[in-house]
Amino acid sequence: MASITFREVEGSSLKYWLLFGVLGLFVLFGALAWSTMHHHGHVITGMDNQIVWGLPHVFAVFLIVAASGALNVASIASVFNKPMYKPLAPLSAILSIALMLGGLLVLVLDLGRSDRLIVAMTHFNFKSMFTWNVFLYSGFFALVGVYLWTMLDRNVKSYSKAAGTAAFIWRLVLTTGTGSLFGFLVARELYGTAMLAPMFIIMSFAYGLAIYLMVLAAAYAWTGRPLGDAVMLRLKSLLVVFVAAVLYFVVVYHMTNLYFTKMHTVEAFILRDGGIFTQLFWIGQILIGGVIPLVILLSALGRQRAWIMIACALVIVGGMAQMYVTIIGAQAYPLDMFPGLVESSSFYDGEIHGYAPSMPELFLGLGGVAIALLVTTFAVKVLRLLPASLDDATVAKLEH
Amino acid sequence: MSELKPMIESRSASPQLESPQRRRFVGAAAAAAGIAIAPGMLLIEVAHGRPEDQPASSAVRWGMLVDSTKCATGCNECVTACSTENGWTPVAESKHPRQAPQWIRKLELQDPLTQMETSLPMMCQHCAEPPCVDVCPTGASFKRADGIVLVNRHTCIGCRYCMMACPYKARSLVHEPLNDTQKPDVPRGIGCVESCTFCVQKVDRGDGNTACAEACTAAGHNALLFGDMNDPESEISKRLRELPTKQVRADLNLNLGVRYHGI
Repeated sequence: MASITFREVEGSSLKYWLLFGVLGLFVLFGALAWSTMHHHGHVITGMDNQIVWGLPHVFAVFLIVAASGALNVASIASVFNKPMYKPLAPLSAILSIALMLGGLLVLVLDLGRSDRLIVAMTHFNFKSMFTWNVFLYSGFFALVGVYLWTMLDRNVKSYSKAAGTAAFIWRLVLTTGTGSLFGFLVARELYGTAMLAPMFIIMSFAYGLAIYLMVLAAAYAWTGRPLGDAVMLRLKSLLVVFVAAVLYFVVVYHMTNLYFTKMHTVEAFILRDGGIFTQLFWIGQILIGGVIPLVILLSALGRQRAWIMIACALVIVGGMAQMYVTIIGAQAYPLDMFPGLVESSSFYDGEIHGYAPSMPELFLGLGGVAIALLVTTFAVKVLRLLPASLDDATVAKLEH
Repeated sequence: MSELKPMIESRSASPQLESPQRRRFVGAAAAAAGIAIAPGMLLIEVAHGRPEDQPASSAVRWGMLVDSTKCATGCNECVTACSTENGWTPVAESKHPRQAPQWIRKLELQDPLTQMETSLPMMCQHCAEPPCVDVCPTGASFKRADGIVLVNRHTCIGCRYCMMACPYKARSLVHEPLNDTQKPDVPRGIGCVESCTFCVQKVDRGDGNTACAEACTAAGHNALLFGDMNDPESEISKRLRELPTKQVRADLNLNLGVRYHGI
């Protein structure tokens, strides 16, 4: 097998520092958003006692899910022994760590008492899926960190497969945990199903790969390094499989619900009567996040890099729409305490709950995205994560 | 030395007192004191409910019977009493009604087919198997041995997972800094989750009743009855034996501390 030269990004150009500065600015906005929310309380957000998890959770869960998915490229290389993916692995690992960091920061900074983070790290209730996730997330950083080390340090290279396998199994468990945050909730109609765990796993494959592809293409385009079609088309085909699988899970999930009479009203809410949630479901999640990317990637357009990038961006936008519908849509539909009866109260029982995200929520979420990209941008400058060339000839040598 | 003399004298006199008479005297005095103090001690025990150094007992299961056939539509006495007792601002006075905590609210139900209307208070159901306690990452949500479900204000991190998990929408997050209406024995705080405590401060004082039930009785409705469901002789146990009651969302099998008649 031919060897590949990894090289740091020089990172001295105006363009690099401009990117660094813009991302830094968004991190700063995120920090300001957090301090404003912390000072005034959640009263300044769009969240209330009806919609208790809002836009920050949409960003946080999306980033955490995407983080585990971004690791897939590395897993294919070391767990499934595909040599073509080996040079792509270090970026995959660092991106997954960065996305996880961004998502977790948004999650913990949206706490009602974010100043009590230490309590969450010292008091545990092992029946809580949240507690399990605290360990799953910490373990993820540690395992992927070790995995990255085995990729970068020749002395420990022989442990790479073992570390990669451990990280791969861990990330599957982790996303099971993230899906189960909702799957283990008995109160709300749209949660409380084992479907959510595997559905989140397959969603993580799609979202993580879409982000990976965009970061990879951007890194190579902006540094002027060659990136051949072989890599892009292979990853594109993989994305097609993942996006199609997501659609399959979504169809099975809703079809199962539609079969049960007790679920008819809540399904009608999401699929037909839910206003913004219905639009986000059909236009955002299904059309933009699923159907259109599939059409692009499977047609002749899918051979052009610009269109692959558009498809990836659409998958990401659709993923955000999916998280919005999954997290906020399910809360917008009122709890059905007395099935068959019309409920009303001063606490908005029996009403569809509205939600308008506030600026601090938006900027806190964007801050998480910015942190993830900033960490990645900085990491490729200080570590040898990117191959000097990924042109078709170099990649072809790997396969022989 | 002269000042010491009387003491020496008294000492020298002491052997005389170490006699059977003295023992009898001391014994009688102690008995008399005991008789005098005992009723007071008993009264203190009743008034204080449970001494602070003793944990809540699982021999007791506090619960409430809601007779919705007696609950008057439009009557809000229980809600007002709860707000006054526990120091939360009534929703009508809040600048942010959607974000205002409501520990108890009146729920109006209507059957769309029969037009039958029902009015009842809804609050924390003090489940024996509370989903909020299951999901709480720090263990801040907990159930006391006597069945009261509470939030530890020191370890609640405001993650709101319990609010996602509660099938009764019983919990509220304190969204804004609190004004000075707080009660000394009802700690509250911004960024923490809170809900009905069955007036735990009153229960521990030995009042044996909640503010909402007291208010309902005072208003002449008698729709709320609070008491120990484990004590077969308690009023609530007697009534629960006679009256058909239901648990809200009984399908979840959470074994609720609040039972409804007439739903």
